[in-house]
Amino acid sequence: MVATSTSTTNGLIECQGVTKTFGGVIANNDIALNVPEGRITGLIGPNGSGKTTLFNSIVGYHPLDSGSVKFKGKEISKLRVPQIARMGMLRTFQQTRIYSKMNCVENMLVSVPHRRETYRMMFSEYAPEVTERAEELLEFVGLYQKRLLISGDLSFGQQKLLEFAMALMNEPEVLLLDEPTAGINPTLINGLIDRLRRANEQMGITLFVIEHNMRVIMGLAEHIYCLANGKLLAEGTPDKIRNDKRVIDAYLGGHA
Amino acid sequence: MNLSPKTLAAYAAILVCGIVAPFLFPNYTFQLAMLWIMILFALTWDTMGGQMGYNSLGNIFFFGAGMYICAVVQIAWAGYDVAEYTAHFGAVKIEVTYAQYYGGLMVGLILAALGCVLFAIVFGHIVFGLRGPYFAIGTLGVALAAGELVGTWDYVGGGGGITVPFYPGEPDARSLLYYFLCFPLAIATFSFLKWLYSTRFGLAINAIRDDEEKAEGMGIHTLRYKTIAWASSAFFLGISGGIFGNMVGFVEPLEVAFPTVTFGIFMVVMALLGGKGTLWGPVLGATVFHIIKETTWTYMLGWQWVALGALIIINIVFFQQGILGWAQEKWPERFGIKVEGDDSGREAG
Repeated sequence: MVATSTSTTNGLIECQGVTKTFGGVIANNDIALNVPEGRITGLIGPNGSGKTTLFNSIVGYHPLDSGSVKFKGKEISKLRVPQIARMGMLRTFQQTRIYSKMNCVENMLVSVPHRRETYRMMFSEYAPEVTERAEELLEFVGLYQKRLLISGDLSFGQQKLLEFAMALMNEPEVLLLDEPTAGINPTLINGLIDRLRRANEQMGITLFVIEHNMRVIMGLAEHIYCLANGKLLAEGTPDKIRNDKRVIDAYLGGHA
Repeated sequence: MNLSPKTLAAYAAILVCGIVAPFLFPNYTFQLAMLWIMILFALTWDTMGGQMGYNSLGNIFFFGAGMYICAVVQIAWAGYDVAEYTAHFGAVKIEVTYAQYYGGLMVGLILAALGCVLFAIVFGHIVFGLRGPYFAIGTLGVALAAGELVGTWDYVGGGGGITVPFYPGEPDARSLLYYFLCFPLAIATFSFLKWLYSTRFGLAINAIRDDEEKAEGMGIHTLRYKTIAWASSAFFLGISGGIFGNMVGFVEPLEVAFPTVTFGIFMVVMALLGGKGTLWGPVLGATVFHIIKETTWTYMLGWQWVALGALIIINIVFFQQGILGWAQEKWPERFGIKVEGDDSGREAG
């Protein structure tokens, strides 16, 4: 992994006119956005504004009603989740998802990239370097001491850290994080933000983050998109978003 | 795989017991051979149900399919026309030489294994779209339908069944032959699965068991893993079916080849009894179950189903994790499961 600090303006992820409805509910309505490579981009919006649906649409969890999603310039809206994951785009879940009956190291090992997996590799054992890397990353998120515990026995916050480490193990190019700090002890949040930033700067992973905690997202992201009622309400730098009347109204329950 | 001397000694003891058992108890050779088949049943079911979390109620399909494939191949190998032979409903007696018999049996078992692998790949692509209880019912449907369909297929004797070529030698030599097919087959199944679970494959199917959506989200080729897991179960089940058909001497669709409510359910019960998702659990479960089953059949005739039912209820209500699962919970450290983090080693980063 090479740290990339390119200043390309081309989006690593480009969404155009993304629309998704569930029955009569329009969860995403004609959304266009751009996640530039090597940066941290934020996605905010009140509850039910369609943030998680947009994530699901991007990673191929459900088919779009209309619109296009491009990853590295390639149309991916017709691909399925595992194919997109193998291209290097991963997401973490709001309700943390780990392999709960396996220990932390096993969780990490099974998360190795499956991009170039051959049939022969399926039946081989893990190389010592892989185990080494798994332990390094567990150390990175502060779970090294817990590495041999069954992951389902960890606290929610620790599971969240493990899920983040698993995502890093997969060597993604872009990581979509759905509320990474929700449910985490406030004293640990700063440590987590620091790790997110290091993953971005040192490992060169582009981040696209849904976050409810305004203090977190304003300090982390360089560019923020705000959704409300399934539509893109505003976008811009944290400062611009913070002072945007429409965003304030949407969050404080104003009826726009 | 590094084995400690203690483990090696235990394996050697099992091998020696397996070899001398039919000579020590010559009257029980059939039951002993059945014990190995039961162990194979539990082990192959557990690959799907225990390790991968796909509770198949239709694995018995491969047992029956293997049995029919092997029987048909054996008849054809002996130089008889299968359709003509079955049209006479057993009135024709097949005469075979030793060479013909062994040749037919060997080719039959190989083709049974390969045929079942093929079936697993084809059916896998259909039923792996189903999850949880729907998968269980879907696979059950496959097994039930197979029994009914074969029952109407005249080429293989329909509901009347098909008699396999009879071993040309002495009855004692015959039972020993089948015993010494079943025993190494079960050992091979165990060794294969022990190896399989130690590779990346083992962790990947465990991941599918714990959270398949997450596994897909991480880019794991889930369908590929699921198909291979089912195909390897089918491989061993197909061979065991081929041998069992010869042990019984007569292949019939509902009671012998596709006995969904007996063997088909026993597979599940044995794996649950021993502890699903463990390597030794199914072996232990199958052994305990088989002994209880044979004892009740002998000494409690008429009550045997009640006894088995009671066993299942006790298992499901009080020991859901099975014998080995219960032991692991009670003495986790003995099984290498850590319950407390270690404070030694590196600093947190």
